[in-house]
Amino acid sequence: MSSLRLINPEVEFLRYRRRMEIAGGVAALLFLALFSRFVWLQIIQYDHYHALAESNRISLVPAPPSRGVVYDRQGLVLAQNFSAYTLEITPDKAGKLADTIDQLARVVNIDAEDRKRFRRLLAESKNFESVPIRNRLTEEEVARFTVNRYRFSGVEVKARLFRQYPFADIFSHVVGYIGRIGQRDLDRLEANEQLANYRGSDYIGKLGIEASYEAWLHGNTGIEKVETDSSGRAVRVLSRTAPVSGHNLYLHLDAKLQQVAEKVFGDYRGALVALDPRNGGVLALVSKPGFDPNLFVDGIDSASWRELNDSPDRPLVNRALRGVYPPGSTIKPFMALAGLEIGVRKPADTISDPGYFVLPGSSHRYRDWKKGGHGMVDLKRSLVISCDTYYYGLAHLMGIERMSGFLAQFGFGKKSGVDLDGELAGLMPTPAWKQKRLKQPWWPGETVIAGIGQGFVLTTPMQLAVATMAIANNGVVYKPQLIRAWRDPVSGQVSYAAPRPLGKIAMSPEHLRLVKEAMVEVTQPGGTASAAGAKAPYLLAGKTGTAQVIGIRQGEKYDASRVAARNRDHALFIAFAPADDPKIVVAVLVENGGHGGSTAAPVARKVIDYWLLGKLPTVYAPVETMAAPPEEEVEDAGPTEEIAPPVVEEGATQ
Amino acid sequence: MNLRAVFTRLFAHLDGPLVGLLGLLLLLGSLVVLSATGENTAKIASHFLNMSLALGAMLLVSHIPPQRLMQFALPAYALGLVLLLGVALFGIVVNGSRRWLELGVTRIQPSELMRLAVPMMLAWYLHYKQETLRGRDFAIAGLLLVLPVGFIAKQPDLGTSLLITASGFYVLFLGGLSWKVIVGAAAAAGAALPLAWNTLLHDYQRNRVLTLIDPSSDPLGAGYHIIQSTIAVGSGGVAGKGWMAGTQTHLDFLPERSTDFIFAVYSEEFGLIGNLFLLLLYAAIIWRGLVLAAAAPSLFGRLFAGAIVLTFATYAFVNMGMVSGILPVVGVPLPLVSYGGTSMLTVLVGFGIVMSLVTHKRLVKT
Repeated sequence: MSSLRLINPEVEFLRYRRRMEIAGGVAALLFLALFSRFVWLQIIQYDHYHALAESNRISLVPAPPSRGVVYDRQGLVLAQNFSAYTLEITPDKAGKLADTIDQLARVVNIDAEDRKRFRRLLAESKNFESVPIRNRLTEEEVARFTVNRYRFSGVEVKARLFRQYPFADIFSHVVGYIGRIGQRDLDRLEANEQLANYRGSDYIGKLGIEASYEAWLHGNTGIEKVETDSSGRAVRVLSRTAPVSGHNLYLHLDAKLQQVAEKVFGDYRGALVALDPRNGGVLALVSKPGFDPNLFVDGIDSASWRELNDSPDRPLVNRALRGVYPPGSTIKPFMALAGLEIGVRKPADTISDPGYFVLPGSSHRYRDWKKGGHGMVDLKRSLVISCDTYYYGLAHLMGIERMSGFLAQFGFGKKSGVDLDGELAGLMPTPAWKQKRLKQPWWPGETVIAGIGQGFVLTTPMQLAVATMAIANNGVVYKPQLIRAWRDPVSGQVSYAAPRPLGKIAMSPEHLRLVKEAMVEVTQPGGTASAAGAKAPYLLAGKTGTAQVIGIRQGEKYDASRVAARNRDHALFIAFAPADDPKIVVAVLVENGGHGGSTAAPVARKVIDYWLLGKLPTVYAPVETMAAPPEEEVEDAGPTEEIAPPVVEEGATQ
Repeated sequence: MNLRAVFTRLFAHLDGPLVGLLGLLLLLGSLVVLSATGENTAKIASHFLNMSLALGAMLLVSHIPPQRLMQFALPAYALGLVLLLGVALFGIVVNGSRRWLELGVTRIQPSELMRLAVPMMLAWYLHYKQETLRGRDFAIAGLLLVLPVGFIAKQPDLGTSLLITASGFYVLFLGGLSWKVIVGAAAAAGAALPLAWNTLLHDYQRNRVLTLIDPSSDPLGAGYHIIQSTIAVGSGGVAGKGWMAGTQTHLDFLPERSTDFIFAVYSEEFGLIGNLFLLLLYAAIIWRGLVLAAAAPSLFGRLFAGAIVLTFATYAFVNMGMVSGILPVVGVPLPLVSYGGTSMLTVLVGFGIVMSLVTHKRLVKT
């Protein structure tokens, strides 16, 4: 074979050496490449990788603050925190969750609801976070678990803070409640750049004071700088910024007054607002029926929720702020002042009441509640006996524009601005509003019935209280507020909330005196609330009202005994006392209570008695004295077919 | 015979400088294993046991005369092939790869045997044909190389098959494989690369390569190892975080930190200065190894010893390159540093062979 060659060992060895040198050279080059890579990573890119390693290593663990406590004006606790034991599972450390829970159920009581909640919370949390399976363990259960603890890895008993409302349903709508933070809360927190402060917080105010003062009650979340391993478990604490508790709040509310008000309603539904006219402080704010806010803290179970939500009594609606009702005759003192100030009536002007009012050029009769009329009626008497005919005529004289403009000064048709969320504005109608909302012109008859607080006029109990405060204060109006003081968690210093004056309504002192005198006479013999005002050791000024729930056809007669309980009229009463030096203003609405003088006025009287005299009521529920002459009856003010039904806002009864 | 004479006999076939350098590397490795295992005493004990066994094996092998080794070449290769065939037919699957053969009492991984058996076989073949060496002999040698590599690649074990290919190639290269063939083969391999990418590689293997290009594409999956090890290396800086003080290591961010990724532990704790020292130590061992290989009296000895040393260099380079993110993740331990008995045994037995081939000069007939 030609390719056969003899190998010269010398040549072969030299070639081997050359090849080896090449291989060694290549190896050296590759090592040099490695070294350059190390220089790149460890010198040039050092800062970058150092930062990455640090962020791997250090995690910031939030230390949630403890929520501020809410007190009433006497220092009674309305919302507080209490520490309780929870049983918590860290999914990361526990074995099979279903098995673990089954085993646990043999040691402590775990029901289906607990399992359901656990599954829900589990879905929301990370695997290394502990998730509660049972809240509020009893001492005995803690002891039983402790004995069996060795069997459960990743299960721990922890002490956690819970929110509690000692007065339960008494303050449900005012103090409100907290609940677990939901997606909508998160979105809002993000928009307010508050999300960071809620890392580690599970709860947020959902209703009432808990919601409107959330920013103060929550406090500031502290931060623990913790070294963690790759599974997120804390290895050691590097540094710690302590959390700052929320502000403790002291409200104008008086828990005992609220309890009295609650009780005197008896089984009636309704609302009561009591204000301190000297500063606008809310002394009581009742909406009956209420609900137990404690149910909501850990997520209400679906059965209880359905019961509350589907109840025809609508316990979830705060009637004091979100219930809009026709004010009925309680609008008359404001109408009287409007007539006097605008100048269409003088105090001495007298009308002859035939028992009805007729618009010029019409035959329709707007009837007074008293068949046959009241005879000769001047301004003062029109209030004392609540003469409808007087106000039909007055409204017609003023016209809706002037009337709405004047009454708006008292806050009708506007939110009062109380420091709670969700308030409704009610309605003080104008032709422009009607054109816009209903695309219909204004009828003169609608002005006439607005004059006695019917038709389109809608107010909340809070608005009535604020308007009454304006009369009690001779025109000075304060924005109602619940907050009285707060305590700074760091300095411990208590600051008082300044009253928020809304201004003064310009009214002649003479006119005010006249109206106030008339309101005092309302509660005296001959007045529509004489029974409720009997033997009051102070001057009680008030005005009764009745608001129609269903329309009554022309010619029909309202017969309380024939009307189903829920279609009976709402009873209203506004009051302030003592009339010569007002210390309390009250607005009461009793749903389906019938007559203002017989059901609403006694409620107000008992509340004022307690406040001024410290007298606890002996009989709570208002006694409907059917024997007493019905002090007023509202006739249908016009053909209902012509009028579109008023825009009913949430909580209103038609 | 006094004790001194016994020791002289015992260590007669060892090379002082090489053994010293290897000892230094083993010592350094032990320190890193100590840190990487979090002072796990059981693992440390087993590491020292492995080391003693491997050093004993090295000492033993250094006494085997080259002629005897040459006699082993063909049987070892044949046995390896049979076992690989056995694996392909009856092997058990661990982590998705069919690499192990169950022998009742123990499991063996025949590809480990082939790491030495393949270069030995090729060296023997070229030695056997040295008088009449020509192109066809290289072709046959190439076939001897491709056969076991094919089996191993099929398991699949891409890392091992590539490294065995490398060791075989070193034998052929040192044995005088024509440059034309080398360049031609390189060109052919380059041309076949896209085809191999699509047909021969498994998904996870393709992922490893893609991950190298952009680790952030899968930060919790395939990219996690490489991201965390690069962070460990980079955050070590110039001076390192100090022995036992690496945060990536001790807070459990580094996966496989006592085995394939142990270099990241070392790098994090000893920094660039430590890395330079380690590179120089490896370079010194390779240098000494190549000097020794060149001094081997037979062609078999020169080829086999040279291939062993160059393979050792390749392992070190591939491992450090992989951990620092310039090579794809292949299962290659850092020689003599990583925890694990098999790799240590293979490497030290290899060096035992190198020393045996070189020190039995007088006994070899050339």
